[in-house]
Amino acid sequence: MNVQIWTYIIVGFTFALYIGIAIWSRAGSTKDFYVAGGDVSPLANGMATAADWMSAASFISMAGLISFMGYDGAVYLLGWTGGYVLLALLLAPYLRKFGKFTVPDFVGDRYYSQTARSVAVFCAIFVSFTYVAGQMRGVGVVFSRFLEVDVTSGVIIGMIIVFFYAVLGGMKGITYTQVAQYCVLIFAFMVPAIFISIMMTGHPIPQLGFGSTLGDGTYLLDKLDGLHEELGFAAYTISKKSTIDIFFITAALMVGTAGLPHVIVRFFTVPKVRDARISGGYALVLIAILYTTAPAIAAFARTNLINTVSNKEYKTLPDWFGKWEETGLIQFDDKNKDGLVQYVGDVEKNELIIDRDIMVLANPEIANLPDWVIALVAAGGLAAALSTAAGLLLVISTSIAHDLVKKQINPDISEKGELLVARCAAAVAVIVAGIFGVYPPGFVAQVVAFAFGLAASSFFPAIIMGIFSKRINREGAVAGMVIGMLFTASYIVFFKFISAELNTAENWWFGISPEGIGTLGMIINFLVSGIISHLSPAPPQEVQEMVENIRYPN
Amino acid sequence: MSDKNHQSYWNKNLKYLAILLSIWFLVSYGCGILFVNQLNEIRMGGFKLGFWFAQQGAIYFFIAIIFIYVYLMNKLDKAHGVDE
Repeated sequence: MNVQIWTYIIVGFTFALYIGIAIWSRAGSTKDFYVAGGDVSPLANGMATAADWMSAASFISMAGLISFMGYDGAVYLLGWTGGYVLLALLLAPYLRKFGKFTVPDFVGDRYYSQTARSVAVFCAIFVSFTYVAGQMRGVGVVFSRFLEVDVTSGVIIGMIIVFFYAVLGGMKGITYTQVAQYCVLIFAFMVPAIFISIMMTGHPIPQLGFGSTLGDGTYLLDKLDGLHEELGFAAYTISKKSTIDIFFITAALMVGTAGLPHVIVRFFTVPKVRDARISGGYALVLIAILYTTAPAIAAFARTNLINTVSNKEYKTLPDWFGKWEETGLIQFDDKNKDGLVQYVGDVEKNELIIDRDIMVLANPEIANLPDWVIALVAAGGLAAALSTAAGLLLVISTSIAHDLVKKQINPDISEKGELLVARCAAAVAVIVAGIFGVYPPGFVAQVVAFAFGLAASSFFPAIIMGIFSKRINREGAVAGMVIGMLFTASYIVFFKFISAELNTAENWWFGISPEGIGTLGMIINFLVSGIISHLSPAPPQEVQEMVENIRYPN
Repeated sequence: MSDKNHQSYWNKNLKYLAILLSIWFLVSYGCGILFVNQLNEIRMGGFKLGFWFAQQGAIYFFIAIIFIYVYLMNKLDKAHGVDE
């Protein structure tokens, strides 16, 4: 059996599983559709949160990204895990106690304002669409590379699957499919990692192999630093960015993580406050398995790659090199015509360009792993992309059906009518996401900074202050969200779209890159909200009582 | 439930948060970013310590922080009779 047949079998099996779960867990009420009936067990919620959170980018791109960034890859590792501490300690228990369906629900009720609710709805929809486009693209790419169907057909197949369980099952269907998807993706990520760790260091646990010695007795990381120095790259374990930029990017990603609506809403699905706390812990453990393995894979793959290609004769390189060259993800240009591959830090002399996505996708081939492992990686990439896409689509459909239609346009709508609107909104959202996947806007990569920056500068401060201060009022919160968001958006738009040529450290304010500016936007939001609230009347008594109430579990 | 009991529950909660979030800040932003170069002088097996905190260690601490928080809060809920 070859790789292709294995891929059809494994991917086909996982898809059948997702559809089976969708049929079993159909949503009967809006409560089922929005929050899975509110009776998900904490462990299941932890698994669903982990799958929801880990996207095509985490699964396919992150290890590769780190292997090219070295130490600086820590911004993703710290940023995308540290946010869960904020979630579990500062947000989840209180929002669970509040006990409604969505983030705009909280913002709208706490700040007794339809304007605040509308700002929150706008942010939720914008952030989710930004994110979902990348997921559908990821689905298409995995299909085209492993099953040799074109990207468009790949996206359409992905849409049909998501359509099935998101439209039919709502949050209930999504939750239980995500549990299955977590299992698939983590297994698919760990199997090659363990193989490679054993191969290079003799340690079955990649986290330990990362700090161990290679066959020749030198430590992996020392070897890697040495190779980098030899070839004129900056040392792997040392930072290349400024400390302030690393600090701000990490903070923006952390706070953005804690402010992403599709993650927050998962904590509405558990029965009790104590379940919300512990499911944050479970989610982080399950996420950390991948996030502590990724940097190890990054270092293994980087060392392996340099050893395999550097100064080797082009003709003698292994098969996978040519195969990935055909896809355009590896580009070799023999500038000095010596027939050898010069992979060096000096741009003028460097002859090899490698796409970061290869590191995870080609790892099994580079390490000569069996065909079924390669097929497994395809299924894992699909599970990661589909689970995240579904969570985001649900936020979009809930925002429209619940926050816009039910809460603002037509409050008298019947339960059945609202459920129908939610299903239609989910269906439309799937189609729009699919169109983004087939015709990706060129700016997808740039707008990821947007999603985190906006979540950090709008939602996070509004929710935190809504819980921990009784004094923050409608005027303060709305002004803070709008100003924080406008500031962040202008800075990113300026450096990413209007004057991309100025996007260098000398021109940034305080040396903060657009990726990290959300942190400053957040600080501005906090300051504006605080000052304006103290200059205007305190919130009404019943709102202050609500704040008092959410602070106690019973 | 008396207001006094509620107030003391909330103050203890805030105290726990202050301590745990200080540790959170220290292991990630402190050890992993601000003092990374100083810590890199120290080695732990094949790792420079600062690098290890940035790419591995801080994440383990994050997990520990959440579980400690859960333990402390469940106990506090019971002690103040606010558990569900």
